[in-house]
Formats: sequence, structure tokens, C-alpha cells
Amino acid sequence: MIHDQRKQSSLERYCVALLGVSSLIGIAATVWLGLWVTPPDVNMGQLVRLVYVHPPVAWVAYLAFGITALASVAYLWKKTRARFWDRLAGASAEIGVVFCALTLISGSIWGRPTWGVWWTWDARLTSTALLLVLFLGYLALRKVPGSFESRSKRSSVAALIAFLDVPIDHFSVLWWHTLHQPPTVLNAGLAPHIHGIMAWTLLLGFCAFTMGFAWLLIQRYRIETMREELDEQLLAASLAERRSEASSEFSSNEARTTEPSPRARVHARTARTGDLQESQVAAE
Amino acid sequence: MWRDALLVATKDLRIEMRSRVTVNQVAPLSVLMLILFAFALGPDRKPLVAASAGLYWVAVLFAAVLAVQRSFAIESAESARDGLRLWGLDPAGVFLGKAAAVGVQLLFLEVLMGAGVVLLYGAHITGILAAILTCVLATAGLAAVGVSYGAISSGLRVRETLLPLLMLPVVAPVLLAATQSWRSAVSGGTSNGEPWMALLAVFAAVYLAAGVLAFGPLLEES
Repeated sequence: MIHDQRKQSSLERYCVALLGVSSLIGIAATVWLGLWVTPPDVNMGQLVRLVYVHPPVAWVAYLAFGITALASVAYLWKKTRARFWDRLAGASAEIGVVFCALTLISGSIWGRPTWGVWWTWDARLTSTALLLVLFLGYLALRKVPGSFESRSKRSSVAALIAFLDVPIDHFSVLWWHTLHQPPTVLNAGLAPHIHGIMAWTLLLGFCAFTMGFAWLLIQRYRIETMREELDEQLLAASLAERRSEASSEFSSNEARTTEPSPRARVHARTARTGDLQESQVAAE
Repeated sequence: MWRDALLVATKDLRIEMRSRVTVNQVAPLSVLMLILFAFALGPDRKPLVAASAGLYWVAVLFAAVLAVQRSFAIESAESARDGLRLWGLDPAGVFLGKAAAVGVQLLFLEVLMGAGVVLLYGAHITGILAAILTCVLATAGLAAVGVSYGAISSGLRVRETLLPLLMLPVVAPVLLAATQSWRSAVSGGTSNGEPWMALLAVFAAVYLAAGVLAFGPLLEES
């Protein structure tokens, strides 16, 4: 952690903190405007207040999955292959899954009083639910232990396959729905014409949630970087320990006193832990 | 690429001919699934015929998961995967070959289950050509997605549980489209199956192309 903070300049940290604070203020302002200032809707009454939360959350989920797909393509393409893209794809997918679940939950809460049911097989609902399951599988794949290279290649291909499915899913579910069900309230009622303070509150909601997403993404990315460093340091430390055990068994007392301490070895080895990790994986 | 694909496909099918895992294990299981669905819905013919297209394709989906698992189980034993790599075969050829072998086995299972639907549920396949075309297109898509994800999850300790979670949501459009397309071909359905067949064709083309492009990195690593 200390190592990571040293790499980050103070200006960067200041900008990230500013982003976090302004997204918090933005979300607080959205809540205040949405719950107290804006008027109730003619058709939907008080229920319209969910419009300031539900669409921005859904937008963040789609944005996050889009970033995952682009980052995966960038990782798979040999010219731009870098660890950055893999970490970004993983971090973005994780936030996307959370926001996708929030989209479904807030939509369900909205649907219950509006349509009288928690769930309806509407095209948008169904394809969003499929999207959530698709990326849950992607996250499960990322959690599988293995060397960095094989894990990142697997997961980028999986993200790509999953993302290719999004338009096909969308159209098939749309046709399925339109062929077998009369249109629900969603199509008619979800696009109310909004003006003035309501439109501005909605816009603020979009900006605030997007900034919140960016802040979360930066934090998640940093955690991933630190986790990788921690793994490498732990590996180096345990390797050094084994080595010192071996040397204590096979060498004389004089030789052992000249050995550097395990702690000193850790620092010496951190620089080339990449090689060590690979040899460890190969040994497995 | 095509020669390599043919080699890999004949190798996989020859292994199947000798081990008979699909014939002796997956085929009875598929018929069993049809019987279990009938238990769940009751012995009345009407709901069974009405649901036959959907039940048939759900059974095909699960059979596809098993076929893909089998297709990569034969590569995991005795470092056969390293052998595939060392032969210097084109990764795209390996992908197409494995997909073709899985597809051939799936088509066999589909014929068997189709007979099961007709005999057990009493459904009549009126549009035989449309039904066959749907099967071929859907199988191409299922095999392409299955082999891609099979390669991703092969060699992992959690592959048995991970493969269905990865594969089934992606092939959900195949289930939708194939069911709708079959509904038009079974028991004199009135709906139009053509747009659904087009969707199946697009699905198969997209995932065959994606597999050809992405199989290289997958085969190198892991």
C-alpha cells in the first residue's frame, strides 16, 4: 500500500479525492432535488421520483460493461497488450455487476406499484437480467486462480463472447416479447415528457452517478494493483523462507551468519518476482 | 485450416466411436430428460404438445453442455492438449474441428430427441425441412459457443460448474429462436419461423468467426 501511494503523485490523489467528493455532493443534491424540490408527475404521481435514480444507475451498468469489452479487446490485441487493460476490465465488470443488480432491484421496486408485478417478461428487463448473469459468469472466471497471463487471456475472450451476445440477446428478446405479449406499460409510460427542474435533476443524476462510477473504478483498479503486488511479495517472502530453511539445514553455522536475513531477501527479490511467480506456476 | 479441422474432427469422432460416451451416456440422459419433463407437466397430451418445442430445446442445451465437457475432457487426459499444440495445427482449424465434432454428436442427439418428442409427447413435425434447418443452424451456434467456452474453462479445477454458468446465458438467444422456429414446424403451428432462422444463422456466423479469431490465444495459454 505504501508502495502504491508513493507512485501516485499528490496532484493525482487530490483529483481523485475531488472526484469522489463532487460525486457525493452530486448524489446528495439529486436525492434532495428528486425527493423534495421536483413536483410529482401527472400520470405516475410520487412514483416518478425513481426516474432520477433508475436510469442513471442503468446507464452506469451499461457504461461499465462497455468499458470491460473495450478493455478486453485492447488486451487481446497484441499491440496494446498491457496489464492495465486487464485490471481495468476486471474492475469495471465488478462495478457493472453491482449497478446492473441495482438497476434490476430499483426497476422491480418501480414496477410493483406501476404495473402491479415485481417482474414482467419485458424485452428490456429480460435482456438486462441476462446481461447480469453473463457478467456474473465472467467474474466467476476471473476469480479462478492461475498465472496472470492465462487468466487475463481467458477472461478477455470470455468478456468478448459475452459482449457479442448483448445485441443478439436484445433483438431476440425484443422479437420474442413483441410476438407473444401485448406491450406493457413500460413502453408507454417510461418516456414521460419532462421539463424544467425535472430534466435538470435527471441530468444531475446522470453526471453524479457517472462521477461516482469513475471514482469507484479508480479505487477498484488501485486495489487490484495492490493485491497483485501483495501476492508477489508474499510469494517472494515464502520463497525466501524456504530458501533460508534449506540453507540452515545444509550449511554450517558460520555460513548461516553471513546469510542476509529473510526480510532483506524479500526486498532484494521484489524486483523480479514476475519471473519467480511464473516458475512457481510452472512448478504447479 | 480446413485440413486441420478435418483431422481434429475425425480424431474426436474416432475417440467417440471407440469410447461411446455420447451414445452410452449422453443419449440415454437426453431421453430421460424428456421423460422427466413429462413427469413435471403431467400425462395430459395437450400441455406436452404445446410445450414440446421449448422442452426439446432445453434438453438440447443441457446435452450440448455435456457434449462440450466431454470434448475437452478427452484433451485434458495425458497432456493431449500439449500434443495438439505441438503438432503445429492451426488454432482456427482446431476450433472448427472440435466444433464440427461436437456438432455432429449434437445432431445425432437431436434426431434421437426429435423421435422422443414425436413418440412420447405425440407431437407431429409438419414442416420437416424447417425443423432440420433450424437444428443445423442452432447446432452450429451451440457448438461454436460451447467449444470457445470449453477451451476457456478446460484445465480449471472448477470447470464442471463454470462451463454451464458461462455458456447457458450466451446461448439463451439460441433457445429462444430455435423454440420459436420449431413451434412453427411442429404440430401445424401458424407463426412464421423465418426471422428466427435468420437470427440463428447470424448467431452461428458471429460465434464461428469469433472462435476462429480468438482460439489462438486460448490454445497458447492455460
